[in-house]
Amino acid sequence: MTDLAASATPAARPRRGAGRIALRWGLYLLLCLFALYYLLPLFVMVTTSLKSLDEIRSGSLVALPRDITFEAWRTAWSGACTGIQCEGLRPYFWNSVLLAVPAVLISTVVGALNGYVVAQWRFRGANIIFSLMLFGCFIPFQVVLLPMARLLGLMGIAGTIPGLIFVHVIYGIGFTTLFFRNYYVTIPSELVKAAKVDGAGFFRIFFAIFMPLSLPILVVSVIWQFTQIWNDFLFGVSFSSAGTQPVTVALNNIVNSTTGVKAYNVDMAAAIIAALPTLLVYIVAGKYFIRGLTAGSVKG
Amino acid sequence: MAPILEISKLRKSYGSTEILKDINVSIDKGDFLVLVGPSGCGKSTLLNCIAGLEPITGGSILIDGQDMTHVSPKDRNIAMVFQSYALYPTMSVAKNITFGMKVRGVDQATQDRKLREVAQQLQIEAYLNRRPGQLSGGQRQRVAMGRALVRDPKLFLFDEPLSNLDAKLRVEMRSEIKKLHHRLGASIVYVTHDQIEAMTLATKIVVMKGGVIQQIGTPQEIYNRPANLFVADFMGSPAMNLIPARVRGTQVEIDRPGAAPILLSDPKVAGLPENVILGLRPEDIAEAGYRAGSDVQQAACQIDLVEPAGADTYVVSTLGGKAVTARLHTETRAAPGESLDLAFDLGKVSYFEPDSGRRLN
Repeated sequence: MTDLAASATPAARPRRGAGRIALRWGLYLLLCLFALYYLLPLFVMVTTSLKSLDEIRSGSLVALPRDITFEAWRTAWSGACTGIQCEGLRPYFWNSVLLAVPAVLISTVVGALNGYVVAQWRFRGANIIFSLMLFGCFIPFQVVLLPMARLLGLMGIAGTIPGLIFVHVIYGIGFTTLFFRNYYVTIPSELVKAAKVDGAGFFRIFFAIFMPLSLPILVVSVIWQFTQIWNDFLFGVSFSSAGTQPVTVALNNIVNSTTGVKAYNVDMAAAIIAALPTLLVYIVAGKYFIRGLTAGSVKG
Repeated sequence: MAPILEISKLRKSYGSTEILKDINVSIDKGDFLVLVGPSGCGKSTLLNCIAGLEPITGGSILIDGQDMTHVSPKDRNIAMVFQSYALYPTMSVAKNITFGMKVRGVDQATQDRKLREVAQQLQIEAYLNRRPGQLSGGQRQRVAMGRALVRDPKLFLFDEPLSNLDAKLRVEMRSEIKKLHHRLGASIVYVTHDQIEAMTLATKIVVMKGGVIQQIGTPQEIYNRPANLFVADFMGSPAMNLIPARVRGTQVEIDRPGAAPILLSDPKVAGLPENVILGLRPEDIAEAGYRAGSDVQQAACQIDLVEPAGADTYVVSTLGGKAVTARLHTETRAAPGESLDLAFDLGKVSYFEPDSGRRLN
């Protein structure tokens, strides 16, 4: 973009060109400052997690570690105490994986189907149903805690991972439906008509024509849902029992249940471990995220 | 022989809004039926009803003698070409064309053979492996037609297939569709808002307005004997002149500015109401001396405007308070502000009732 702008006004006006370069440098400087500001907490977390407790007590907060040690990471992963148990984050991390992966997949697939129906198979009341689903996005978590606890109890999945998956799927469908509906509504309805005349049915059209078009919005939905579900604390703390807590709850327990000396290095390492998967998802699929959010109409 | 398509008493409404009212049309095998009308007249809805993409509120649709009123689109043995082409964006041209056969479980060898035939016929062999997004508008149009042709259906449906193309390509594709129709002897229903497309392609035209059929006929019938003022005005470019006139026995009287009214004799007007609208196409008004025939009558007219258009020159005069266009030869002496003798061919004239718009002769 910059190149285009520069070549559009060639060297004929050198004075303005110089001004533009100065502006650009100023802009970069400002952006670098912002970036530093945002990176500072991460820097402190990483360096602290690599120090020994002695060094933390004696040294400065922002100093680089003198002797790098991974002891705190090991403790955070498999030795730190969450209340009476001292197994580290590991079991809870796997709880979160077992919870997040199915919940993300189910809510995304259901959202895609919902969006496909609401956008392309119009039926009487489609708009009302879509509006109600949209409304679901705005219901605060706290409001549903008690009814949901009762419902999970009735279903016999209270305090289990399937129970948590159920809660997250229900809560996620509003968002995923919104994503897919808004994406599919830009696809010309003649595509469905053509496929109908060609003899394809509801699911055939969905899988053969709509799914291959959906990569950008699939990525958006997966990132969004994964971040929400992995980072969720309230549902995790409300609807889990001793063995089924997700990593966020365990992290809280590690940080808040230590007695005596606070092991800052372990806390920092645990926090980074708990945040790693979402970070990874963003790095891997981040460029599709923006593309999917800003995706315009599909030209056939 | 049973008609290939027979629509009787078809009605279609959305809620309380009636989109189509009492539609009765039938065509024989090999007919090229064009549904034409301004936007919102219900012609595309009618096509969608024929395809089964829209449920109908009443009446029946028979395709080749079989009642298809409540049959789903895939079992109607039809193929359809859409305005936006509706090519599947993630599939190659070849996959687009064979998708229907694949869905229906046609074996691979037959698919390949038919694909080759159609590709050759439409000259799209060179880009069978490309995606629709990599094709030009004209190429996409061909692929869309290929997808329809490969099905070998009883009935082809075209929904404004040329309106996304530029003017030159449109004329080209128009004659290709016409050639295709001749070669295959296919039965076609074709929707357009372009009356020239309707005239050039159709063996039978249905003119629609507000969900009601205004006239059904061959292009010549529609053009020469429009059933009402709407059809007269809609078909033909430049449009038919519709001149307010008064009947005096066997004469018609037309006002002109700055002189006594023109009096033309026409025995056909005997018995018509006093006030009529006289319809005459621009090509049926010539410069005096350039048109011969027993029904040709002359009158001096004040020329307001001269528009040379290359092959012809259009002159505009005010008659009966309306701007009236005449199509003259290029070497005309007509000059704006001057008087010119014009020859009216009364053999071609249509009379309409001003209020109902109904044809009188």
